[in-house]
Amino acid sequence: MKFKSLLTTAAIALGLATGAVAQDKTKVGFVYVGPVGDGGWTYEHNKGRLAIEEEFGDKVETVFVESVPEGPDAERVMTQMALEGADLIFTTSFGYMDPTINVAKKFPNVKFEHATGYKMADNVSVYSARFYEGRAVQGHIAGKMTESNIIGYIGSYPIPEVIRGINSAYIHAKKANPDVQFKIVWAYTWFDPAKEADAASVLIEQGADVILQHTDSTAPQAAAQEAGNVITFGQASDMSEYAPKPRVSSIIDNWGPYYIARTRAVMDGTWTSSNTWDGIGPGMVEIGEISDAVPADIKEEALALKAALADGSYHAFTGPLKKQDGSDWLAEGEVADDGTLAGMNFYVEGLEGDIPQ
Amino acid sequence: MDLGQINPVLLVASLMVAATPLLLAAIGELVVEKAGVLNLGVEGMMIVGAISGFAISVETGSPWLGFVAAAIGGAVLSLLFVLLTQFALANQVASGLALTLFGLGFSALMGQSYVGVKPPSMGDIYIPLISDIPVIGPILFRHDPILYLGIALTAVVWAALKYTRVGLILRAVGENHDAAHALGYKVIKIRIMAILFGGACAGLGGAYISLIRVPQWTEGMTAGVGWIALALVVFASWKPWRVLLGAYLFGGITVLQLNLQAAGVAIPVEYLAMSPYLITILVLVILSADKSSAPASLGRTFHASH
Repeated sequence: MKFKSLLTTAAIALGLATGAVAQDKTKVGFVYVGPVGDGGWTYEHNKGRLAIEEEFGDKVETVFVESVPEGPDAERVMTQMALEGADLIFTTSFGYMDPTINVAKKFPNVKFEHATGYKMADNVSVYSARFYEGRAVQGHIAGKMTESNIIGYIGSYPIPEVIRGINSAYIHAKKANPDVQFKIVWAYTWFDPAKEADAASVLIEQGADVILQHTDSTAPQAAAQEAGNVITFGQASDMSEYAPKPRVSSIIDNWGPYYIARTRAVMDGTWTSSNTWDGIGPGMVEIGEISDAVPADIKEEALALKAALADGSYHAFTGPLKKQDGSDWLAEGEVADDGTLAGMNFYVEGLEGDIPQ
Repeated sequence: MDLGQINPVLLVASLMVAATPLLLAAIGELVVEKAGVLNLGVEGMMIVGAISGFAISVETGSPWLGFVAAAIGGAVLSLLFVLLTQFALANQVASGLALTLFGLGFSALMGQSYVGVKPPSMGDIYIPLISDIPVIGPILFRHDPILYLGIALTAVVWAALKYTRVGLILRAVGENHDAAHALGYKVIKIRIMAILFGGACAGLGGAYISLIRVPQWTEGMTAGVGWIALALVVFASWKPWRVLLGAYLFGGITVLQLNLQAAGVAIPVEYLAMSPYLITILVLVILSADKSSAPASLGRTFHASH
């Protein structure tokens, strides 16, 4: 009995002590859709988390949970984080949108940041990167480099973010090479290396010599390397271990600066709900080094395109553009507005197949 | 839509590759369950096999040694399950789940320095003349050796369970461990052997993904194959050839649906994506109409004092 009460006292004391320490620190939580070692999407978010730790040192404490399925389980993980005293929680996948909103309602004093979604609340911000700008550069290189004129595209889920990428890549591939054809395979997963590799192999078997991916692992790169004479692009992360070939360039998501800024805002008490959507210009999207497998003139064109996207002199969705069904979308010189882009659910003219609904 | 873009020969060849990890893991689990043990740790043993095999083949340059290491890795992890369930008499379901969680975490730790490394290639078997026969050659005689090992293992397990004394004893232990014990068979010892065999097979299956099918190491790369293997054993009514059929069906439809998508067939993608699961279950359920049932002692803890 005595021993028990001693233990209880010790436990309470310990709890109080850690509680007291925790108050000084800002606690930042991260919910990841894949493992931090995926080499792609989650890997970059985790780099952002480490950047926060480096910037603020002892003043912050970060926690993360990896491989959280999109759905009810995500709600449980977020609730747990909020209960453990997180001040700011980043939920880093599209499928966490509704869970984030639900949990945010229950914890009005905790700030939430949801990546790539569009539902906001007083304590929920959304942020995303204009990956489609990077896709434009990839599309240009792909269109110039393909010899079979067939470009394979591995999609994850048919959500606006992925459809924007397909459209942007297609528009610029078509500009570079009018004969180009896109073959699109939906993997219905963000992370499943075996399936992603199968998808890449299937596309290669059906004649594709360029593979674009919107899934998180490096498996398609490995499959392309195995097949030989196929080029790929790093997705979300540089994936430079597959350079100079098959990986000839990449889109790199650079979350660090944004994460640091938002954490600072929570510390200062200046955090407000906001909608951030940055591209190449502000540095949220980076283009990985274009390797020597790409001829110098194509590389130069790609870099010029990147520069134009960065300084705003060119928009990746500039008219004249038509929708897949032949109806007019953008007139000559008109650029797409963010609202349409954020909810994009149609292919542009020339792409084949239907978007799964 | 242009079905002509799908090359049936390449399709069949790649479905065999897609099915092999599943087949290896499931055939191992079948033996374990036939001995009356339910090991839900298949996923964990596979991923540990995947990284063990990958690490050793990168370090030694030999994929063969890699596969040996994968089998050992899977078996060593299953030893943990042996300790928990056969000696500590812990609950098998809980221990199996723990094994999976532990395996996933432990493999991520072991694999940290192997991300982005390219493993040595095993190469495919090539037999002059036979491998050159049109259609049959590429489908049957131009694969990596492990794929044939999977098929051979199915045959051996089937023959051993059906015709040999060892198989009879194994089944006796799985059906009624008290009776087997009363006859003087060492229930625990036999079960340990079965669990180790299951672990080794799961390890091989995992290494097949990391060394041949993908080939690379990524954390969590088995992505649920172990769970499908578990389900497959049940739907195949604990019969080796049905496991083979189920694995090939599942692998085949997985690859076929990707092919159909790439060829632009006008079937909604959602249906295609769920088709491997639906069709495999449907076919195996229809086949199991002959009322074959689970080993009677499946999942029950044995203690000699009972």
